[in-house]
Amino acid sequence: MADITMLIMNAAFYILMAAVLLSFVRFIKGPTCADRMVALDAMTIAGISVIVFIAVFANRAIYLDVAMVYGLLSFLGVIAVARYLEKGL
Amino acid sequence: MIQIIGAVISLVGSMFIFLGALGVVRMPDVYNRMQAGTKATTLGSMLTLIGIGIVLPGWLGKLLLLVVFIIITNPISSHALARAAHHAGIKLTEKSVRDNLKEDYPKEDDNG
Amino acid sequence: MHKVKPGIILFVILFGLWLLLAGADRDELIVAAAASLVISVLFAGRASALGSVRLHPKAIAYAVIFFFVFLKELVHSTIDVAGRLLSPRLPINPGIVKVRTRLKSPLGRIILANTITLTPGTMTIETKGEYYYIHWIDIRTEDIDSSTEAIVAKFEKYLEVIFG
Repeated sequence: MADITMLIMNAAFYILMAAVLLSFVRFIKGPTCADRMVALDAMTIAGISVIVFIAVFANRAIYLDVAMVYGLLSFLGVIAVARYLEKGL
Repeated sequence: MIQIIGAVISLVGSMFIFLGALGVVRMPDVYNRMQAGTKATTLGSMLTLIGIGIVLPGWLGKLLLLVVFIIITNPISSHALARAAHHAGIKLTEKSVRDNLKEDYPKEDDNG
Repeated sequence: MHKVKPGIILFVILFGLWLLLAGADRDELIVAAAASLVISVLFAGRASALGSVRLHPKAIAYAVIFFFVFLKELVHSTIDVAGRLLSPRLPINPGIVKVRTRLKSPLGRIILANTITLTPGTMTIETKGEYYYIHWIDIRTEDIDSSTEAIVAKFEKYLEVIFG
């Protein structure tokens, strides 16, 4: 891969890490449980892209499956917490 | 050349994701945070993943599957969370104009 | 007969999913096709909602157009919300409005609600029959008809042809 491509992708990777940190601020502060879940959801969506970038840097396609399973588990987690908030499981 | 275009697309996508995270911090209440945090990021992750797919065409199939997966699960989880928040009685911000759901809800609750 | 169409659609979805996940290896392909066939025969009765999809050429053409309309709206409204976020005053005007849909089929209503949720700026909070309650980040109109016109109409006219 050309150097300039790698440079741009590195920049994108660090922007994504900054996004995860920024959402984490809301995760700590968030006054209610729902706020924290929104922050967690935003972190996960950024996290999927982070994992895909790590797959590119390590040059391993198998990490894409990790990203998919991560997204699936977080989806189930958000649904479970939403059910819990709504009527206590 | 095509690789650089793909990388730039993924850079633009990650900037949209960053803006979504900024919205999660800046917005005044749960519902507006959701608007920014889980939805402004949809376009962001689509662009990021497709950009990487352009750089590495061999991975495009799996990346497209990830995009489809995000498009399907994202609205479901944010809808479930918003509904739960409204049921739990979390208030809208004072800036809000009106809340038709709250107006209608008491009478609809009686029929089960 | 009403079970055949959902079964076929289910088979196409499952087999396409396999192709994207595992690639087209010749020996595995037969096993994947057999497994998809078994699952789609077993669950065709439960997937009756898929039966409301119309498959004539006009509906397929409208599905493609719908996809591009959705992409256009996604880009447009994401840039709109991003602009609001970046401006220091945070110019939002949020609230929950009620809208009505003309769609009859359950699957069409689900897809409409999810499309509205996916476009930033609007988010479906509750559905009651033909009424949706939508959190809107910038309320511009007062009554139910004009908000329906602003939020639902642009997607509805395509989904109406696809699902009826």
